[in-house]
Amino acid sequence: MSLAEKYPKEVKQILAKYPPEHKRSAVMPLLYLAQREEGYITKAAMQDIASMLDITETEVASIVGFYTLYHDKKEGKYRMQVCTDLPCALRGAEEFLENLCGNLGIKVGETTPDGLITLEAVMCLAACDKAPMFQTQGPDGIKYHENMTVDKTLELIEALKKSTAEAK
Amino acid sequence: MPHVLLRHRDIPEINKLETYKTNGGFEAFKNAVTKMKPNEVTEVVKNSGLRGRGGAGFPTGMKWSFIDNKNWPHYVVANADESEPGTFKDREIMENNPFQFLEGIAIASYAVGANTAYIYLRGEFWQIAAFLDEKIAEMEAAGYLGKNLFGTDYSLKIYTHLGAGAYICGEETAMLESIEGKRGQPRVRPPFPPSYGLYGKPTIVNNVETLTNVPLILANGAEWYKSMGTADSAGVKIFSLSGRVRKPGNYELPFGTTFRELIYTYGGGVQDSRKVKAIMPAGASSSLILVDDEKILDTPMDYATVRTLGADLGSASVIVVDDTVSMDWLINKTVHFFRHESCGKCTPCREGTYWMSHLTERIHEGRASHADVDLLLNVAKQMQGKCLCALGEFSTMAVVTGIERFRQDFDKAVKSNS
Repeated sequence: MSLAEKYPKEVKQILAKYPPEHKRSAVMPLLYLAQREEGYITKAAMQDIASMLDITETEVASIVGFYTLYHDKKEGKYRMQVCTDLPCALRGAEEFLENLCGNLGIKVGETTPDGLITLEAVMCLAACDKAPMFQTQGPDGIKYHENMTVDKTLELIEALKKSTAEAK
Repeated sequence: MPHVLLRHRDIPEINKLETYKTNGGFEAFKNAVTKMKPNEVTEVVKNSGLRGRGGAGFPTGMKWSFIDNKNWPHYVVANADESEPGTFKDREIMENNPFQFLEGIAIASYAVGANTAYIYLRGEFWQIAAFLDEKIAEMEAAGYLGKNLFGTDYSLKIYTHLGAGAYICGEETAMLESIEGKRGQPRVRPPFPPSYGLYGKPTIVNNVETLTNVPLILANGAEWYKSMGTADSAGVKIFSLSGRVRKPGNYELPFGTTFRELIYTYGGGVQDSRKVKAIMPAGASSSLILVDDEKILDTPMDYATVRTLGADLGSASVIVVDDTVSMDWLINKTVHFFRHESCGKCTPCREGTYWMSHLTERIHEGRASHADVDLLLNVAKQMQGKCLCALGEFSTMAVVTGIERFRQDFDKAVKSNS
């Protein structure tokens, strides 16, 4: 099913933001929409967006490749993106991430065996005064989790596990 | 003194339209549209001495006056990409005092003759974008945005646009490319956005904090604004304080406040009562200020005075580094950041950040010789003045000043191996 069929209201709202002769501008919001359900963008979705905006599939793929919040591979349902940049690192973010890895039994870049969490280390998220912190990127968008501890993070993961099981 | 920007700290419900209105909200915009010519608005902002808060410190009113009135339509773009490590001020404004920011966009748009404005938010500000969309809708419903505002023929629409994780999109021409649906790579300048901006049309790009100053400047006058701060740097600034301090956070203070007041009076001092070793006043892009003399902490923070310490105030994201930190570790961090964020368009930055990261890694891991430190310094200096945009330059600042001002840290890191 094409994006326009699946999300008619959202697609219309997105296109209305930009001058009709510059509809290419809609590529970024449309990619977020395409990524909403599965957490990654399929080749078919890229083709669909390309034809909707009269640009080539390669141009769409180059956008997916350039920006770090778009993904072209299926990974965990939630990406847990821990900031380990300088200001956070000065406040213990690296130790936090290491402990988290130990608790989850995975390395940075890996996914938990149940497919729920992919753990990533990312660049500054503009929350330097609330380290350690991370964002979760998932079906319901991006959320910030600040002033975190490993215990609080494990609780959050349990809650995500529960809501995923209930949804099934 | 009541806050000028972080007004939610004095008026908790200022994020509600009614509360904002009862505190004088939208009066400045209404007054501008119904009683002032666009260039009169620009003149007030010019006279206020307001300078861009994104880092470059360019005079805001002067930027507005550069708009090309022979080419239409015009656009205003609010830069809400806030991605500099150490900066987290625009977020607090948008989350808590959204209407003052939006009114600032509206006044800027009127001043430069734009009927469409975009807010470019970094992709991670997903929730803030949704929140601003709600606030924009409330303003439309109340008649502060839309067609024929206040019974005049002036119309304005504001839209949010989310980036998707790219520091470089904070560079204004990369941001415009990104809104156009392209990879966020900077353009060759000139031409500058006021003559060739979004879709090739005249465009003014201003930072969130800059725009949030505007409603109160219009309401209270240029003289009021200039009465705060210093002669060189008028008004107030939000200092984002982070690193090894007890109370990190945003502090809105007049320009000219000293580092000591910020770190000790507001920030509660250094963790574990250690000594300040270095200060990065402009985030990861900053030169490292060597604090080898207590007196340096008494330097007033304004654009001109910070420059006398061999650094720039930039966006005033003050990262405090204490004496437990070794600079070889620190520059390894900053260089990896810039290597990751380099857009790849120009060779000096793409290759330079890559090779610097190999050297900083080798040094930090104790696998380097003294010659490697010299080579790193050489690579960084070779990059300077040759990159297409500021990102490449920024990547060299901590490296060059780190090695030149803290050489002993590097000698220690390589000692075992040479």
